[in-house]
Amino acid sequence: MSFWNVTLFLLNGFKISCLIFLVTLLLGIPLGLPIAFCSMSRFKPLKILSKVFVWIIRGIPLMLQIFIIYYVPGLVFHYQLFANVDKYLLIHYGIEDAGRILAVLIAFAINYACYFSEIYRGGIESVPRGQYEAGQVLGMTKGQIFFRITLMQVIKRIVPPMSNEIITLIKDTALANCIMVAEIIKQANTLAATKALIWPLFYTGAFYLLFVGVLTILLGRLEKKLSYFSA
Amino acid sequence: MAFFEMRGIRKSFGRTEVLKGVDLTLDRGQTLAIIGSSGSGKTTMLRCINFLEVPDQGTISLGGEQLLDAGAAKKLSEKELRALRLRFGLVFQNFNLFPQYTVLGNLCLAPQMIARDRPDFKKNKKQIYKEIEEKAYTLLEKVGMSEKAQSYPCQLSGGQQQRVAIARALALSPDILCFDEPTSALDPELTVEVLNVLRALAKENMTMIVVTHEMAFAEEVADRILFLDKGVAEFDGDAKVAFGGECPSQRLRDFVGSIRK
Ligand SMILES: Nc1ncnc2c1ncn2[C@@H]1O[C@H](COP(=O)(O)OP(=O)(O)O)[C@@H](O)[C@H]1O
Ligand SMILES: [Mg+2]
Repeated sequence: MSFWNVTLFLLNGFKISCLIFLVTLLLGIPLGLPIAFCSMSRFKPLKILSKVFVWIIRGIPLMLQIFIIYYVPGLVFHYQLFANVDKYLLIHYGIEDAGRILAVLIAFAINYACYFSEIYRGGIESVPRGQYEAGQVLGMTKGQIFFRITLMQVIKRIVPPMSNEIITLIKDTALANCIMVAEIIKQANTLAATKALIWPLFYTGAFYLLFVGVLTILLGRLEKKLSYFSA
Repeated sequence: MAFFEMRGIRKSFGRTEVLKGVDLTLDRGQTLAIIGSSGSGKTTMLRCINFLEVPDQGTISLGGEQLLDAGAAKKLSEKELRALRLRFGLVFQNFNLFPQYTVLGNLCLAPQMIARDRPDFKKNKKQIYKEIEEKAYTLLEKVGMSEKAQSYPCQLSGGQQQRVAIARALALSPDILCFDEPTSALDPELTVEVLNVLRALAKENMTMIVVTHEMAFAEEVADRILFLDKGVAEFDGDAKVAFGGECPSQRLRDFVGSIRK
């Protein structure tokens, strides 16, 4: 197999990695907000529930969470939801792995939403109370204070920790491997098994490095853009 | 009836009673200095005036209109509280400027938000915003900060930030402007520039309530003194009496003496 063919074969897998990356961000970033607000709620039961949830999700390996999401419908409801989605979409539309990818996306979105929620909470709580009160004495509404005063300061504070999580996320997509989703490392393993080629496995590192490099530059720019004020 | 009156203000946090039935009266155009040792309830008093806290008991009236009767059964709604807060301004000890806005932005933000409630807002938005900005520039001129209109708070010294904060409070034309130790976070050489702004405002007959440890300043500028001691108004009266030899309150004399030393 030529270098070019291997590259194309791996790129097919990396598409899946990128898909998991994008959808996780798209779902996890907004989903983290309600979890953060629940964790800060003055209504004790909600607060405790939310904290316990975050504790469980952050306390269990993500790989195990993928297994749980994937197998629980079959074990509990005797309906192999994701396997059936897989079969259905393959037969009718020729789409491969869809059910498995769906399970991975659900696990990732929930997992990352919890991590994000803790970052949001830290960001919101770190804005000095005086900022809120300054808005209050100026007759602003709660909504105006949040959107016009607090939010920008929170965003500035959460960009560095969010950048860390986002960079971790692209590497975490390799975990989809555990339920045989054909992400890039699974593809490389396939080459190792079928063509006795080991080097493509190491070559996958270049894809991640390139992706993380671009991300680092973009996130660095965002951070710089927000450096016009100090909060 | 005086322009501004508070009667029997009581406020507790949990089991500790911080204000134990404080009275306060102030005529229009006068300056009241609130003095007292740390923990005596001065900040809490200002926060009650500005409706950041609602007293547990007592009444507040302004210009003959009763704003609050804490004993009344009805709790104030968020909207009512906002309207009440607009009658008063508050300048904080640590400025609390909004870091992501320029100096001009800090002055214009709240007036712009409030203008949205005007019925003619949609039609005259541009004109309204222009007027708000013009007023902001006038106020910046007044506090000597017009050259820094486009700067961000982090580019200013503490004294400059505090002067901007004063202009920001004035932008909403409050009936009474309150200051909570406006110079205690500043280096001595920066204190002067802020006190000068307060002096100028007092000359223009702005009605002011100033919590301060600057006794010389209080004696010079204040018409009235409220001396708080453990949540009780130990002295409430003419500034000349408070700082004179005939002051009836031994505690106040001791307090003033201890600070002056
Ligand atoms: N939000 C609050 N919760 C509990 N205790 C408070 C609160 N605000 C003030 N206190 C207490 O009330 C007392 C008076 O505080 P404060 O009004 O800040 O005094 P001062 O400004 O004169 O130093 C202090 O003992 C303080 O600990
Ligand atoms: Mg205080």
